[in-house]
Amino acid sequence: MNLSIISTATAAENAQETHPGVGAEGQAHHEGGFPPFQTENFAPQIVWLVVIFGLLYILMSRLALPRVGGILERRSEKIASDLEASRDMQTKAQAAAVANNETIRLRREEAQAIGREAQQNTATETLSRRSQAETEASEKIRAAEGRIADAKMRALANVEQIAIEAAGSIVEKLTGSKVDKDRLSAEFRNVKSS
Amino acid sequence: MTPEETVSAPNPIEQFELHRIFPLEISGIETSFTNASLYMLLAALGVVGLMVAATSRQSVVPGRMQALAEMLYEFVANMVRQTAGKEGMKFFPFVFSLFSFILIANLIGLVPYSYSVTSQIIVTFAFAALVITLVVAYGVYRNGFGFLRLFVPHGVPLPVLIVLVPIEIISFLSRPVSLSVRLFANILAGHITLAVFGGFVMMLLASGGWSLLAPVPLLAIVALYALELLVACLQAFVFSVLTCVYLNDAIHPGH
Repeated sequence: MNLSIISTATAAENAQETHPGVGAEGQAHHEGGFPPFQTENFAPQIVWLVVIFGLLYILMSRLALPRVGGILERRSEKIASDLEASRDMQTKAQAAAVANNETIRLRREEAQAIGREAQQNTATETLSRRSQAETEASEKIRAAEGRIADAKMRALANVEQIAIEAAGSIVEKLTGSKVDKDRLSAEFRNVKSS
Repeated sequence: MTPEETVSAPNPIEQFELHRIFPLEISGIETSFTNASLYMLLAALGVVGLMVAATSRQSVVPGRMQALAEMLYEFVANMVRQTAGKEGMKFFPFVFSLFSFILIANLIGLVPYSYSVTSQIIVTFAFAALVITLVVAYGVYRNGFGFLRLFVPHGVPLPVLIVLVPIEIISFLSRPVSLSVRLFANILAGHITLAVFGGFVMMLLASGGWSLLAPVPLLAIVALYALELLVACLQAFVFSVLTCVYLNDAIHPGH
């Protein structure tokens, strides 16, 4: 490489060192015109611009931009996958809610069936007990009625005997003759049946 | 020398002077490390710091600087995609480097006592020449002679073409000039205006009774500074958008 720091460098340095004493206006005159248009300033700026911008371009295109692009891509992937996962969860939750409602409905129906059955059982039991009680009562009534009829019959038979005896004694008093007891009872039956 | 003269001589041009920090010459070409080189380096380091250092953790949930880097990335990516189309995305690293470098250089140049890289016509012209060279090279590489359709608008009758083609050629040739001068002139004019108003403040302060008026140009500097911030961002944007437009011409030469 033909690298040489030439001696004019020191001369330029010397020239600059003398400037502060001169003042701004004098310096501008000394450099000769408007700085952006001074052609001797072009070369060092272009050289350094090419080097620095070149390095910047390489660093950006090789390292920084792929990295930032990767970050953005990963983020959008993560957001998409998270959204997907949350959608899955939501579907599952909805399915679980539906299943839960179904279970609740079934249990309620079961409970209602049990209730109905219990009600029916109670009703039939009540009915059977009632009919049983009623038969028992009617049987008792019938027995009592039988007893009453018996008593009545016995009482009536007694009345008949008394009537026959009374009739015999009346006839004896009137006629003075004793009437046969069997004839009297036969006559009585005749009267009674007529 | 009266005291008034010493303070009334702030030179608004002084800020554009090139100071050789390490004088150097390689094979007959002066390659001195100057203040311009220093600020180019600072701008590039700013971009690298933002795009490389701030994204080193590569977190899914970004921090402030990483969010800024991502914003810049997406901003430029959208710009290239919208202006130059999907095929233009192969120039995305180039446009990104260009935009971020010019933007950071413009913004650094607004720091008081700093140096504005883009206030030098040779720098902006070098960028413009790079862009146009790239456009022509890629246009010819991709379309061959078809690239010349750029100068022949589609669906225009022949008599009009006779007038239109020279105009198109002139407009194409003036692109590197307009591209470079626009950025250079905006930054240069802004910095000169700021310096001139700063000089007013100093001159008024040193002028006895008139010094009461010194806050007026100071307020003007504040307003101008806000404007210059806008110009710094806007010109970086304009430069890159035009680059994308020209690249789009190289990709699709027939309008």
